[in-house]
Amino acid sequence: MTRSAHWTRRMLQVAGVSTAALLTLSACSSSGPGSDQGSSSSPKLSGTVTVFAAASLEESFEALGKTFEKRHPGTRVTFNFGGSDTLAASITSGAPADVFAAASTRTMATVTDKGDAAGTPATFVRNRLEIATLPGNPDRITSLKDLAKPGLKVVLCDRTVPCGAAARQALDAGGVELTPVSYEQDVKSALTKVELQEADAAVVYRTDVRAAGDKVTGVDFPESAKAVNDYPITLLENAPNPETAKAFIALVRSAEGQKVLSGAGFLKP
Amino acid sequence: MTDTLQSRPRRERPRGRTRAVPIPLLVPALIGLAFLLLPLIALLVRAPWSSLPEQLTSAEVWEALRLSLVCATAATALSLVVGVPLAWLLARTRFPGRGFVRALVTLPLVLPPVVGGVALLLAFGRNGVIGQWLDAWFGITLPFTTTGVILAETFVAMPFLVISVEGTLRAADPRYEEAATTLGASRFTAFRRVTLPLIAPGVAAGAVLAWARALGEFGATITFAGNFPGRTQTMPLAVYLALQNDPAAAIALSLVLLAVSIAVLAALRDRWLTAS
Repeated sequence: MTRSAHWTRRMLQVAGVSTAALLTLSACSSSGPGSDQGSSSSPKLSGTVTVFAAASLEESFEALGKTFEKRHPGTRVTFNFGGSDTLAASITSGAPADVFAAASTRTMATVTDKGDAAGTPATFVRNRLEIATLPGNPDRITSLKDLAKPGLKVVLCDRTVPCGAAARQALDAGGVELTPVSYEQDVKSALTKVELQEADAAVVYRTDVRAAGDKVTGVDFPESAKAVNDYPITLLENAPNPETAKAFIALVRSAEGQKVLSGAGFLKP
Repeated sequence: MTDTLQSRPRRERPRGRTRAVPIPLLVPALIGLAFLLLPLIALLVRAPWSSLPEQLTSAEVWEALRLSLVCATAATALSLVVGVPLAWLLARTRFPGRGFVRALVTLPLVLPPVVGGVALLLAFGRNGVIGQWLDAWFGITLPFTTTGVILAETFVAMPFLVISVEGTLRAADPRYEEAATTLGASRFTAFRRVTLPLIAPGVAAGAVLAWARALGEFGATITFAGNFPGRTQTMPLAVYLALQNDPAAAIALSLVLLAVSIAVLAALRDRWLTAS
């Protein structure tokens, strides 16, 4: 008992030291560049921009974030990717963020309704659903109806998440009755279940199928046209760093940003 | 007579000390206490008391609660069956690398549960190191099943039981066991008839701790077993998903879990609240 108590204490010490180190690091990164350039009156961008973005935007936004940091030395873009509804809930309960990019107008509305968005959100891309199957599609899934085959393990997003709401809409449009094995909390966890081959198929976004490369095979289905998601982006009311945040939003909406996004499989707004 | 003489000074001394609590200790202590209590008070303040009966009588809540209780109890039973012998092995036998094994046993205590869930998928998933054989030979797949929930909870909760039982075993005098064996009992009989009754309070406390941990398990469960109402959606998963579109329901569910936690604390009060 004493040995394990000693061990626990050591673990806690290590944890404490690393937390302190992290705090010092983050303090440096947020205050360092700001204090250097605070005196110059030019509108040079600085500091950290915190972007809350739908899980499906992960790959493209990471790339755009790097571009942004390179173009504006002294800035840092940090991301919080997750289910849009989770992100919206944390924003309305006061999470410090500059930019919110949601995967549906409904989740964005929960933020604008609470008055947490600065200005009107703009739709910057659209996304379609696709079926992600195991590599090479061994179950020969060719349509939404095939997902209802007995014995097939299908995962969907929870209906509180945009991809789940869209999937439900598409299933209803196709008149398909489907009992999945799980309702996942965001689109990436749904995709992961197929990547790990735990599930046979998932209804995810076209962009996720593309991002997964050869770990999954995508199957397009006509009903997806009935459930196209608009992705709105907005500056937040309590943004700690609004100037830099605006510049990041501008990059996302620019021709260059759109090129990155359409390269990932997103549709033009 | 001697009893009153002994107990009187013991009672008076702490009273004298309370007056002299140094401010540098008192202030952080009170802040710490407030920090621990305020969120719970907030939960009570913001609780949708008027709609609470309606929230708590919905079928989904009961389904999640039932599943939570069943899975946590099964996980505790599983932990007892393998955890007590494991604790005995760590406390009563000597083998090379014992300290290392103990560190491994406690690893799930510090491991983020989601990582535990991923590790479980890689081991027991349909395509996992062991799972692929389970699937091929017996047609058993564990992810997305209630059994999967139980396994995930056991993985996270068993270390609590092992640590607790091992501590009790170390504190228990091994000479009773030795006496039993010199009197002709086999080592297993000595364990069953002598050691086990001796450490029963420690086992019970460890079981309650493990049960409470299993009941609150979220990360490993949602990662390994997914989320499906009635099959793998336990209370914490229901709270998490409800928070996103129906905060009132999430608060109601949280209150139920809070009530259960208080009940667990009450069950442990003899050990923790008065034993000091």
